[in-house]
Amino acid sequence: MPASSSASALSDPAWMRRLLIATALAFLALFLLLPLVAVFAEALRRGVGAYWTALVDEDALEAIKLTLIVAAIAVPANLVFGVAASWCVAKFDFYGKNLLITLIDLPFSVSPVISGLIYVLLFGLNGAIGPFLKAQGIQIIFAVPGLVLATIFVTFPFVARELIPLMQEQGTEEEEAALVLGAGGWQTFWRVTLPNIKWGLLYGVLLCNARAMGEFGAVSVVSGHIRGYTNTMPLHVEILYNEYNFVAAFAVASVLAMLALVTLVAKSALEWRFGAELAATRHK
Amino acid sequence: MVATSSADVAFPEKGSAVTSILKKPSVLPGFGLTLGFTLSYLGVIVLLPLGALIAKASGLGWYGFWGAVLTPRVFAAFEVSFGLSLAAAAVNAVFGFIVAWVLVRYEFPGKRLVDALVDLPFALPTAVAGIALSALYAPNGWVGKPLNELFGLKVAFTPIGIAIALTFVGLPFVVRTVQPILQELPPEEEEAAVSLGATRGQTFWQVVFPAVLPALVTGFALSFARGVGEYGSVIFIAGNMPGLTEILPLLIVIKLEQYDYAGAAAVGASMLLVSFVMLLILNILQHWMRSRHAR
Repeated sequence: MPASSSASALSDPAWMRRLLIATALAFLALFLLLPLVAVFAEALRRGVGAYWTALVDEDALEAIKLTLIVAAIAVPANLVFGVAASWCVAKFDFYGKNLLITLIDLPFSVSPVISGLIYVLLFGLNGAIGPFLKAQGIQIIFAVPGLVLATIFVTFPFVARELIPLMQEQGTEEEEAALVLGAGGWQTFWRVTLPNIKWGLLYGVLLCNARAMGEFGAVSVVSGHIRGYTNTMPLHVEILYNEYNFVAAFAVASVLAMLALVTLVAKSALEWRFGAELAATRHK
Repeated sequence: MVATSSADVAFPEKGSAVTSILKKPSVLPGFGLTLGFTLSYLGVIVLLPLGALIAKASGLGWYGFWGAVLTPRVFAAFEVSFGLSLAAAAVNAVFGFIVAWVLVRYEFPGKRLVDALVDLPFALPTAVAGIALSALYAPNGWVGKPLNELFGLKVAFTPIGIAIALTFVGLPFVVRTVQPILQELPPEEEEAAVSLGATRGQTFWQVVFPAVLPALVTGFALSFARGVGEYGSVIFIAGNMPGLTEILPLLIVIKLEQYDYAGAAAVGASMLLVSFVMLLILNILQHWMRSRHAR
């Protein structure tokens, strides 16, 4: 009798378990699953033919190409930054380190629209150095460089914040051993550090890439919405939607939704397979 | 494990007063290179542009700044953005806690799939979420139609629609902050409470809940902060009526489109300021709760 009473006080009664599971699943189905299903349902509303026509449309293909170009510049840039930042933050102890970590995380707490706005204020025609750049024939706002800069800003912390806790947990012992055994600095990094952080690095790059390809607010402010020239996929979705071309808008959106699903699958696979190696990252 | 001991080796003077002023000595190379690169990149990408925002806003002068911010339209947008973000964060705190609880404590088929699905709002581009929610909750949509016909409730193009979009984007913040804390809660504490004669309800409210509360507040704050700045998922479902369903980020975009750069900078700077103050208050609140729980 005491055993059963303590067991019941340690676990919830069956009716409550069922109620809570049902509540959680219903909430997730309504708020997360249904919008996802709606994207594909709306995209295929007029059949596969209309869906395909919308995807191979010239402007849509240009938007896909531009999205890939922007991500191909922004993600490697933040990858290099993330590795450099986490090396100096995690492997050394110095004055002002916490401030540096806070500043690295700063772009996450800035609204995407403000992230775009700041570049317009800096590089726009009425901006701080916009007129000077214009005189040199360099255009940043309403052009591809602006899209890249705004994307770099919003994805700035992703790689660094995955790597910093991971590298802090790993410490410096292995690198010191390599150095003592006569390895050079770069050799130590490539042969010792990189193998230790590769899954965390991949995890950060994955999240960084998903955000880079999907970013809307920041690039919307700097792009000027010039079709076929400064239109990334999310911006193209907006234009099509505002033109009441819903099938085409949802068709392009469905490609982005598939990207999100691939990201989630890859991310979950990394967590399940290398959960222990990512532990520092996931339980911060 | 090894990490702590190696840190002692790397920084032998840790804890002692005799240290170099800026950096503790280390045998590892690359400090100057990586710190130099980090600071330059941070300066060019983040600090310089944010400085341009502050400069532009302060260029207005004290009266010019408040003159641009304290207009009825900006004020209404503040109310819409902050009020609805609070509402959405509150909904997320309740349901996010239930989702985290269910994922940690119970077993059910498809649990891993559900766990992975929680991150969908992180991965799904906001514009995609925006048009999907708008289609669902429109008066002829899958959810909007029955709500309208059965209850006469209009969701799309009303503040409720904005709150739904903000709930969508904020949910993973609560779940992902509460989940690891719930996971690492030592079962001994609950066992001790039960062996001392506590009921299940007492154990939950007096042992489990206070331990999770700081994480729940963090999740609430993150969800709230995300909601205030959110743009893509909101503008399609909002209707964007000035004074009623116009959010702050949209107002910035509108000001930019009217070439009112100084006005946009003023609204942007005031938005950053208010978010910063609210997060500071929440941080203090959280610190207070943590110290109270520790006692």
